[in-house]
Amino acid sequence: MSPTQKPLLIRGGRLVDPATGLDAPRDLLLRDGKIAAIENPGKIKAPDAEIINAKEMIVAPGLIDIHVHLREPGQGYKETIATGTAAAAAGGFTTVCAMPNTIPANETPEVTRWMQAPERGATARVFPIAAATRGSMGEALTDYPALKDAGAVAVTDDGKPILGDEIMLEALQAAAKLRLPVIQHAEDTRLTGGCSMNAGVLAFRLGLRGMPVEAESGLVERDIALLKQVKNGHLHVAHLSTARALDAVRRARRSGLHVTCEVTPHHFALTEERIGLYDTNAKMNPPLRAESDRTAMIEGILDGTVDAIATDHAPHAAHEKEQEFDRAPNGITGLETALGLAIAVLHVKHKMPLDKILALMTTRPADALGLRSRGGLAPGFPADVVVFDPAEKWVFHSAESRSKSKNTPFDGWELQGRVQLTVSEGRIVFHRR
Amino acid sequence: MTLTRATVRTPKKLSSPSFFHQPIHPHSAISANDFSVAEVRRILESADALEKDNPIKRANRLAKRRVALLFYESSTRTRTSFELAAKALGADTTLVSSLSSSIEKGESLKDTGITLKALGAECIILRSPYSGAPYLLARATGLPILNAGDGMAEHPSQALLDLRTILQFLAIRSSTVNEKSLRGVTLTICGDILHSRVARSNALLLPRLGAKVILCGPPEFLPDLAAEMTPGLVIERDFDSALRQSQIVMMLRIQAERLAGVQIDLDDYRTRYQANAERIAARAPQALIMHPGPIIRGMEITAEVADGPHSAIANQVYNGVPIRMALVARALSTVAKKRGPK
Repeated sequence: MSPTQKPLLIRGGRLVDPATGLDAPRDLLLRDGKIAAIENPGKIKAPDAEIINAKEMIVAPGLIDIHVHLREPGQGYKETIATGTAAAAAGGFTTVCAMPNTIPANETPEVTRWMQAPERGATARVFPIAAATRGSMGEALTDYPALKDAGAVAVTDDGKPILGDEIMLEALQAAAKLRLPVIQHAEDTRLTGGCSMNAGVLAFRLGLRGMPVEAESGLVERDIALLKQVKNGHLHVAHLSTARALDAVRRARRSGLHVTCEVTPHHFALTEERIGLYDTNAKMNPPLRAESDRTAMIEGILDGTVDAIATDHAPHAAHEKEQEFDRAPNGITGLETALGLAIAVLHVKHKMPLDKILALMTTRPADALGLRSRGGLAPGFPADVVVFDPAEKWVFHSAESRSKSKNTPFDGWELQGRVQLTVSEGRIVFHRR
Repeated sequence: MTLTRATVRTPKKLSSPSFFHQPIHPHSAISANDFSVAEVRRILESADALEKDNPIKRANRLAKRRVALLFYESSTRTRTSFELAAKALGADTTLVSSLSSSIEKGESLKDTGITLKALGAECIILRSPYSGAPYLLARATGLPILNAGDGMAEHPSQALLDLRTILQFLAIRSSTVNEKSLRGVTLTICGDILHSRVARSNALLLPRLGAKVILCGPPEFLPDLAAEMTPGLVIERDFDSALRQSQIVMMLRIQAERLAGVQIDLDDYRTRYQANAERIAARAPQALIMHPGPIIRGMEITAEVADGPHSAIANQVYNGVPIRMALVARALSTVAKKRGPK
C-alpha cells in the first residue's frame, strides 16, 4: 500500500450512511486507514489533517460491487487487478468481489491468496469469490473451508451454472456449514445452446437464437426448492434479468428462505432494443430483456426485493467484441457507469431516495455476502469513502475509461452523479481534477 | 483541496467514433428494409435496362473496377450469379472462400475485410453463416457490402429477384412499382421459416408493396411471434388452407445445417407440408410455384411440382443475374444517394 497517508478531514459535505440511517451535514475524519470521527460541521479539530472541502457533495461509504470480473490471473490483456480496481475507484467503489472464472480458475487457496496479494496493485479491496466446483465443471466440490480461510467470501461457478440437482444441493450444504453464500448464475444451459440474446420477436427478426425467460426462472425455482432442504443455507442469485425469476425470489423471501439477489445497471437501464444492428457491446449473459422485464427489475429494486446493484463488470478486448454477434464474448464493463446510471434512472426517473440507492451499493451488498465492517461509516471501520456530486450531469466517454477494455453500451450517455473523490482504507485512490 | 462541480468544459474530441458507431455505406444492400419502395423500383428498372444492354457496352460500365466475393458458406446460385453479374459489367472479381484462404488460419472477418480493401476491392459481396456479419464488414471497411446471405437473418438480393419473378408472373411493369402494386395478391411462404434468411427478406419486402404474406409451417419452424416481425404477415398452420388463398407459393427446404437440436418427424412433415401434384391440383392449380433452392426433391416439394408448368424455379435463378447487376452497379455508382427510409 501507499506510504503513510496523512489524515484526511472531509468537511462540509452531506453525509449519507444507509447502514445507520444518517443523512445530515457532518464532517468526517479518516486516520490510519480507519474512520476516526464523525461530528457536526466544524467540531473536528485535526491540525495535521489534509482538509477536503466537500460542499454540495454527498459523502458516503465507499461503494461495494459484489460481481466483477478482474481477469487476473490469466487474461491481463482484457483487464488486470490494478486496472480493474482503478476503474472501480473512478466509479466510487472501494470494495469489489472478483469472480473465479480466471485462468487458472480461482478454485484453490493459492489463487485466492494471489489475487489479494499487495503485488497486484489493487486500489480497492478485492474479495475473491471461489469456484464452487472443480474447474467449474459441476461435478465435484472444491475445498470450501480452505478457500474461506484464504479469503473467499462466497462460492460460484458463475457463467457455468450448476445444473445437477445433487451437486447443487451438496454445494448449498457445504457452504451453509461455513456460512458462505452459494452464488448462482441462473441459466439452464440445456435451453440456451447457441443463443446470443433474449428470446422474442427481435431475436426472430435478427435471425439470432434467443434465450427463453424460463431458462433463468426455471433454475432459480429449482435452486429455491433445493435451498428448502438445507439448514442455514444461503442462495444468492446473480444478475437477475427476468420478471419471473425475480418473482420467484420475492416469494421465497416471503416464505423465510435466505435468498438474496442482485440486478445490474444495464438490466434496469436497457432493453434488448439496444442491440440495434448487432452491436456486441449490448451482448451479455443474461441478455438484455424486454421492457416488461426491465420495469420489473426497477419494481424489485424499489420494493426491496433486490439486495444489491452489481455491475457484472466483464471487460473484453476490442478484437474480441469486433466479431460476428454469435462469436463475440458476453459481457460489458460497468464500474465507472454504475452510480451515474443508478442516479439517472432510479433517482431522477423513478424518484428513489438517494440513501436507498446507496444502500443497494453499500450496506446491503455487504450484508448479502457477509463482508464485515464494510459498507458503513462507523468509527473503527476501514476508511472507505466516496465523495460525489449527486446533481452533476456528465457524459461518459469509454475512451477515457480506466478499464483496459472499452466494451460498454453506455459510450456517450449522459449520466447524473459524478464521483469526485474515492478513499480506500485511508488512501486517496481517485481524485477528479 | 476543494471539490467543486465541474464547470462547463469543451468536450474532448475523441480520436474516432467507436467501432459500432462507424457508418454503413449507403449503397450497401444488407437488409430488404434498406430499400425504400422508390429504390426497389429503381433497382428493378436498372435490372431491366442492364439485361437489355448491349453486352459490349455493358462490359464498360464498371470496367476494371474491383469486386470481391467473400464466401464463408457454400453456394451455387448466389455466388455464380453475383460473379457473372459483376463480370458482365466489366468488373474484375475475385473469390475468397473459407476453404482456400487465411480464414482457415483463423483470420477474423474484420481483418479479412481490411485486407481485401487494401487489395483494392471497392465492394464486397459477403455470405456468412453468422447473422449480422455484413454490418461488421461494413463498419470495418467503409465499403458498400452486398449481403449474399447472413446466417438466418437476410438474403435481400434473393427477395429482389423473387419480386422480379412475381412481377413478371403478374405482368406488372417495373416502372409502375409502388406501395400498392401487390395489393390483392396473397403469397404463402411454407417450410422452415425459423432458419430461413430468404423467408425473412421476402417477409420484410413484399408486404411493403401491398402483398398479403402467409407464413406456413409447424411451430418448430414457425414460432407464433414470427407474424409480429412486420405488418402484413399472417400465420396459417394448415397448408391446404393457405394454398386455397394463394396466387403464389414459395417453398423452403429444411435447413439441416441450422437445426440445432430441433426434432421433427419427417414423414409427418411431408404429409402436412409437402407441395405435391395432388395437393397443388386440388388447392391451388393456377398458383405460381417458387423455391429459392437448393430443392430437396421428395421432401418439401416433389419433382412433378418443381418441374411442372407452374414452376418458376428456373425463372428465379435467371432473374438473379439482372438483379445482381443492378445491385453491383448501385454499389459502385459514384452518385452518393441518401439511404432510403426504413
